[in-house]
Amino acid sequence: MAGASAPASLAALPGIARAVPGPGDDAPVTARVALTVNGVRREIDLDLRTSLLDAMREHLHLTGSKKGCDHGQCGACTMIVNGRRINGCLTLAVMHQGAEITTIEGLGQPDALHPLQAAFVTHDGYQCGYCTPGQICSGVAVLEEIRAGIPSHATGDLTRPPELSEAEIRERMSGNLCRCGAYSNIVEAMTDYAEQASGSRA
Amino acid sequence: MKSFTYERPGTPAEAAAAMAQRPDAKFIAGGTNLLDLMKLQVEAPSHLVDVNGLGLDAIEETPEGGLRIGALVRNTDLAADDRVRRDYGVLARALLAGATGQLRNQATTAGNLLQRTRCPYFYDTAQACNKRQPGSGCSALDGVSRQLAVIGGSDACIATNPSDMAVAMRVLDATVETVDAGGTGRTIPIAAFHRLPGDEPERDTVLKHDELITAVTLPKPLGGVQVYRKVRDRASYAFALVSVAVVIQPDGTGRVAFGGLAHKPWRVEAAEGELPRGPKATASAALAGAAPTPDNAFKLTLAERTLGAALKQARA
Repeated sequence: MAGASAPASLAALPGIARAVPGPGDDAPVTARVALTVNGVRREIDLDLRTSLLDAMREHLHLTGSKKGCDHGQCGACTMIVNGRRINGCLTLAVMHQGAEITTIEGLGQPDALHPLQAAFVTHDGYQCGYCTPGQICSGVAVLEEIRAGIPSHATGDLTRPPELSEAEIRERMSGNLCRCGAYSNIVEAMTDYAEQASGSRA
Repeated sequence: MKSFTYERPGTPAEAAAAMAQRPDAKFIAGGTNLLDLMKLQVEAPSHLVDVNGLGLDAIEETPEGGLRIGALVRNTDLAADDRVRRDYGVLARALLAGATGQLRNQATTAGNLLQRTRCPYFYDTAQACNKRQPGSGCSALDGVSRQLAVIGGSDACIATNPSDMAVAMRVLDATVETVDAGGTGRTIPIAAFHRLPGDEPERDTVLKHDELITAVTLPKPLGGVQVYRKVRDRASYAFALVSVAVVIQPDGTGRVAFGGLAHKPWRVEAAEGELPRGPKATASAALAGAAPTPDNAFKLTLAERTLGAALKQARA
């Protein structure tokens, strides 16, 4: 029984009679979860049902990651876990003991924007802004995926590295919906940022 | 979501043993389908066995010249593997046609095979569904069935298996390796892995409760030209209405499997002899006995045309 079972912290929670529920019982079971979030180690006691998204928003008060559909369809909760973008809503925090997590707050701050955030401002890559943190976390990771040579449905020849193109960006960003329809400006922002980034590395 | 207990075993044997002790437990790997269903209480396990600590994440060459893919290899990594891209293009293409970048980063090879065969009524707990609640009836038979099965269904269920990867695995004749709580391993041909619904639609696969997938093995490369063609309602991130996986040899012979048509990837080996005669003959043979609803009869025409397009692409 590694990980979580009958934690001592349950005793501190009022109104809970038993640590381990039997069938039909819906009492919460909690566990202590240690994560490194935006470079800072955090330990939190969580109901095992807590998604990584809710752990960020409700427990660490990092509300940049948004809850849209809560079913992996909209991408508003996209965050970067151990270097990869995933849907924070479709994974349990307890499954990520020891993981390194980057949310939008870790990418940039109002006085020190991430270059992709700055490009979103320049190119008007949003209207209401609700999907934007997820778009930007996804966008940063997408450009890393292209650089790492990971193919996509839009890649013409699987035996060659993928190219940075509008078709590639659009396909790879299909897990991030924008109800305001800022898509064409998001593609422009990502292209601009990718070109800047490749220029600065050259 | 119903409350549950949780453990993270360190070996496959421990994981299988943990399942054997709890009849209402579930394995969790990527969790992208299971947690989705748990939020809706379509699934309500009282215990989760997290298999992410088991390793099982390597892609190794087999003595027979094939590839052994660990159960926990993420969909992104399988699609990006150079050997898969070079020798099993239909598999890489199928993986990349499925889901989104975020989901492929999380979803595993075994989990992809174990995602629930499903239908909108399976997700809607206010509706009758024999798969979710055996004996409750099937709302889809007289309901909205545009996306649902046209062949291999039953009076109990016409759900479709949504996996793209499984269609490619079927055309490649992959095998699924498992181990159970008693330590017994077995190798299941992919053709026998997923079930048709019959009168037990709640069972999607032939796996026993305590049986853990450890790997999926591909035979040595088939060569030929490999194409995966998927038709869906939007350009990306949608299930297939129809998909076609083909492997075509220079002499025109080959293999074909269909997705989006049935409760499992649909392949009829006896129909493949028709491939040199073209898509109409092949699709007619592969889909003989189809029983579509008025909503989804279009899929039969679409399957033939999608096969035609795939064959044209393969011969280009």
